Amino acid sequence: MSKITFDANFDVLDEIREFVGDTARQVGFSDKEIFAIQLAADEASSNIIEHAYAGEKGGKLEIECINFDGGIKIVMRDHGKSFNPSNVPEPNVKADLSDRKIGGLGMYLMRKLMDEVTYESTTELGNILTMIKRTGENG
Amino acid sequence: MEIKAKQFKNCDMLVISGRIDSSTAPQLTEALEGVTDGGRYKIVLDMTDLEYMSSAGFRALLSSQRVCKRYNRGEIVLVSVPERVQEALELAGFTELFKTFSESVEAVGSF
Repeated sequence: MSKITFDANFDVLDEIREFVGDTARQVGFSDKEIFAIQLAADEASSNIIEHAYAGEKGGKLEIECINFDGGIKIVMRDHGKSFNPSNVPEPNVKADLSDRKIGGLGMYLMRKLMDEVTYESTTELGNILTMIKRTGENG
Repeated sequence: MEIKAKQFKNCDMLVISGRIDSSTAPQLTEALEGVTDGGRYKIVLDMTDLEYMSSAGFRALLSSQRVCKRYNRGEIVLVSVPERVQEALELAGFTELFKTFSESVEAVGSF
């Protein structure tokens, strides 16, 4: 398990993907799965940076990557504005060009790429987003 | 991330190399608007050297595709989409919105 605190700006996305990719590699995921995990982490971090801190300077994003027996658990904590994921409508991925909504795509991808995505908003500990992906080797 | 622009008789080409995420997607938008602001709406996006694209990139493509397809005046087509990016595009339901080609010659010739 390792934990890094990042500045909440888009310049850190490369580092975040590398950090998450390293743990995913240790867990033993395939290249395709590692890419999926990195993309999910990118989408999650981007959402936090954009919405939780919406233009504020000095926000921090703490990311913990845990290699547990059977998968990876990524925990992201921020102290910005909380939001309710159920307020984000799922995009219609079959709509025509003119009917496609631009928002919600990041969250949609996260939920498709990872096995579990949960969100908690607490007063003392801030907002906590947890994502889990299992290797599937343990059945 | 780098974008090189080339102009052909019937269309414009943008060659992307590197990664498109929330940090670099604005550059993609700028490059696309650079073409459409000039009244040109037939665009070939060469993704041979694209390593990665997140939803920030997809959104930029979607916005621009709407502009290009308006009044049937043109469209954005994709060339050499990397396997991983193709999978993400499929997940996001974007594959029906963009024609893809394996060679840029084909793509340019389609306009």
